[in-house]
Amino acid sequence: MFKQIGAVTSMNVRGIPQRLGASLVIVIGIAVTVGVMVSVLAMAVGFDKTINSTGHADRAIVLRGGSVSELGSTISRDNTLTIMDAAGVRHGDDGKPVASAEALLIVGLPKKGEQSQANVTLRGVGPASFALRPEIHITEGRMFQPAVHELIVGRSAQGQFAGLSIGSKIALRDSEWTVVGVFDSDGDSHESELLADVETVLSAFRRNLYQSVVVQLENPDAFNAFKDALTTNPTLSVDVKRETDYYKSQAQQLNKLLNFLAYFVGSIMAIGAVFGALNAMYSAVAARGLEIATLRAIGFSSFSVVFSVLIEALALALAGGAIGAVFAWLFFNGNTVSTLGGNFTQVVFHLTVSPTLLITGIVWACLIGVIGGLFPAIRAARLPVAAALRAG
Amino acid sequence: MSAPTLVSIRNVSKRYQRGKQSVEVLQNLDLDIGQGEFIALMGPSGSGKTTLLNLIGGLDHPSTGEIRVGSERIDSLSDGKLAKWRARHVGFVFQFYNLMPMLSAERNVELPLLLTSLSSAQRKRNVAAALTVVGLADRARHKPSELSGGQAQRVAIARALVADPTLLVCDEPTGDLDRHTADEILGLLQALNREHGKTIVMVTHDPKAAEYASRQLHMDKGALIDAGAINAA
Amino acid sequence: MKFFPLVWAGLWRKKLRTIFTLLAIVVAFLLFGMLQGVNSAFNATVEKANVNRLTVTSKINFTEALPYAYLTQIEAVPGVSAVAWFSWFGTYYQDAKNFVFSFPADPVRLFDMYPEYHIDKAQLDTFEHTRTGAVIGVELAKKYGWKIGDRVTLHSTIWTKADGTSDWPFDIVGTFEVPTDSSQANQFFFNHSYFDEGRSFGKGTVGWYIVRVSDPKLSAQVAIDIDKRFENSQDETKTQTEKEFQQSFLKQIGDINFIVTSILSAVFISLLFATGTTMMQSVRERIPELAVLKTLGFSNGRVLSLVLAESVLLCLIAAGLGLGLASLIFPALKNFIGVATLSRSVVATGVLFAVLMALITGLPPALRAQRLNIVDALAGR
Repeated sequence: MFKQIGAVTSMNVRGIPQRLGASLVIVIGIAVTVGVMVSVLAMAVGFDKTINSTGHADRAIVLRGGSVSELGSTISRDNTLTIMDAAGVRHGDDGKPVASAEALLIVGLPKKGEQSQANVTLRGVGPASFALRPEIHITEGRMFQPAVHELIVGRSAQGQFAGLSIGSKIALRDSEWTVVGVFDSDGDSHESELLADVETVLSAFRRNLYQSVVVQLENPDAFNAFKDALTTNPTLSVDVKRETDYYKSQAQQLNKLLNFLAYFVGSIMAIGAVFGALNAMYSAVAARGLEIATLRAIGFSSFSVVFSVLIEALALALAGGAIGAVFAWLFFNGNTVSTLGGNFTQVVFHLTVSPTLLITGIVWACLIGVIGGLFPAIRAARLPVAAALRAG
Repeated sequence: MSAPTLVSIRNVSKRYQRGKQSVEVLQNLDLDIGQGEFIALMGPSGSGKTTLLNLIGGLDHPSTGEIRVGSERIDSLSDGKLAKWRARHVGFVFQFYNLMPMLSAERNVELPLLLTSLSSAQRKRNVAAALTVVGLADRARHKPSELSGGQAQRVAIARALVADPTLLVCDEPTGDLDRHTADEILGLLQALNREHGKTIVMVTHDPKAAEYASRQLHMDKGALIDAGAINAA
Repeated sequence: MKFFPLVWAGLWRKKLRTIFTLLAIVVAFLLFGMLQGVNSAFNATVEKANVNRLTVTSKINFTEALPYAYLTQIEAVPGVSAVAWFSWFGTYYQDAKNFVFSFPADPVRLFDMYPEYHIDKAQLDTFEHTRTGAVIGVELAKKYGWKIGDRVTLHSTIWTKADGTSDWPFDIVGTFEVPTDSSQANQFFFNHSYFDEGRSFGKGTVGWYIVRVSDPKLSAQVAIDIDKRFENSQDETKTQTEKEFQQSFLKQIGDINFIVTSILSAVFISLLFATGTTMMQSVRERIPELAVLKTLGFSNGRVLSLVLAESVLLCLIAAGLGLGLASLIFPALKNFIGVATLSRSVVATGVLFAVLMALITGLPPALRAQRLNIVDALAGR
């Protein structure tokens, strides 16, 4: 049996160059489908990775009750103190809570090479903020000083927006702020932000309300105790979320959209590619009617004919899938893009063509190949031997 | 020969380039065909009879020499003019009928009329008339695949007739038919020749078919041999 | 037209193949319709922007508030014929999923500024004189089944009242229509005075001003004059035309245009290839038939145009089906892009693309058919 299949298949595969046009239709159709799908999914994966790595299970974020994001939230100074003193918050070596009351402001900065302004997060952070977020490292320059108009910029923000090199000045309100350092933060969404001292920011923007409080929990299990302490406190009306949950919900909408786009567009294109493959394989089978009939007349089984046609379609589909996936990887993996995130500000992320995505692409290619090859294969097997011999 | 000359061929040669070799298919050939003749062109394969037929039908240009049909010098016409000329003056009948497989009999017959300025109603009338002449009025809506060989050839003859050409050119019209059907088709051609005055040039292998013609011509190695007129009747 | 049966018959010579090719093209044009439709719906917001109107926001960012006191100063700038203001209220109804575009505004100034919003005069009067009154677009009314007389409570994600709660009750007193752009009719407007008295912070500020200029030619100058007036103050302004403002906002979401164009180019390139191969194959199979047509006196040019016509017919039918399908599915996206119909310009562009594609894929086989030598073809060479 395997010998038969092998013989028929090798005959088919050797014939591919002769039918280069039709074979290329399959390869190109599938390559384009897989390429587009993998590229769009790479956006979803990249965005997801950035947002999800931002949250940590042992931290909690507190917003005013009913606010969906930091942008719409307000918390008074008194309340921030109450929150930081609540049960479950870890205290540092100095005895102070590891927590940061933060202000979120949106500033307009032009994207590199563009005129119009994009919304960029300026986050005012408290003194314990860097103990709270050990993943933040200054990679260039130095940390900002409180009380002077200095700020540090995330690596991604620096890459995406114009005028953020060290020493450059940004005009905000009636003051000028100097960029004194660049930081990285494990590739999370804070890398798209500008950080400065919260009190300096509040006074410069003439505000007295914070937007959120982020606390380090004693351990991930302390979350419930912390949450209960805040929600049962009658002086507070706040929502408490584990950071991981908060960021996940922030990413949800865009992720849904990108996944929908990828699979919707991908499925439609796959259907188109199936039609192309069907056409090409039907004509391949028709062109070889005499060969197939001869083999059948000699005594090859119809199964070996079906199988060999399928294998040919699969081989072409695999080639197409591989080309599409590699193309997406070569051209888009690591590409930096940005979009509006949950706080109405730009989140910078990198397209990520993960191994899983490559496999997804190849699997889709194989599916298209199998569907596109199956019906022609069955027709080949059903070919009446005598008639085909005569016609040839 | 009492009838005026319709086709006059003078000193015609035809060479083909086959790879690097030049093959002379026709050599300095002279021939006159009178109005209303039914010519049977016979000869072994490769003798040049189909080439001669193609030249008479205006499908090809001679390498040298002169071909006149009616008052027209067709050897010097451009491809475009030749196409127009064929549409007006020549009807073709082939061995394998060469009908359009997707079109019904009447649509096939109508094809040459599409190149005229006739209205749709006039075209319909002419098609019906042509189909009646070949005796297939009841098969008008059938596809070629639903017709027998003889019927298909009748449709092809109707197509050749429909634009009322001066000349019918037939290449082995009975080559694919059994004896009985062949006789019917040849009878039809003969009737067209005798009753409708169509001048017919027919290539054939079959001496029996040639008997229907008013004159038999024999070719060998690109030349006419024994070109004397033979009265069939 | 008399050649149509011939072209039609040629098209369906190999049914299965034609159907598969047709479906592949249908699919491509379905995608074209959907993606380009979304893209153009986004762009339409920009295109429909009014040239008479300017948007005055804080220079820092449009989410920063401006003092209410700027109103009289802006009105005093030469060339300004009307001023209205709005604030971002950020609300949902009952559940965070039910986002409502609600804005506090001055009733009379609002409807004067946007004459394309049609409201009943009496309803506008009631709106003006009802403190908790609100008017809603007809699309929004349809979505939640709200009608005049209903009391609706919205939850603001930004603004708390003095009592610390964020739930704001409103009385619906009117509805408005926006015939030129139904996506605008999903807005919810209420009295600025109610908002300003009720909120616990930010009193005396507004989100942004909308300015109408007496002559669109003055727009640029008026914008400069307004910004100059507040230069070096604590709240510097940035004045843009409505169009610029919307363009910069769209750009923030991402380069939708680029993504759509890239995907569609990829789709069409592979489609060109597939269709071109089929057309070539189809002509190759029909060489004897085409030779017969030429024998019958069909000129080279006529044969060329017959093959091209076949390709055009195939692409047009397929594009028609694809675009038709797209316009059937398109209304399902209404909640996402706010527009329910596929724009006509997208359909027109699609048809143009179909013809172009037909010519590109049909030309090589058509030329082959044109150059066909009758004698060789009849002899099977």
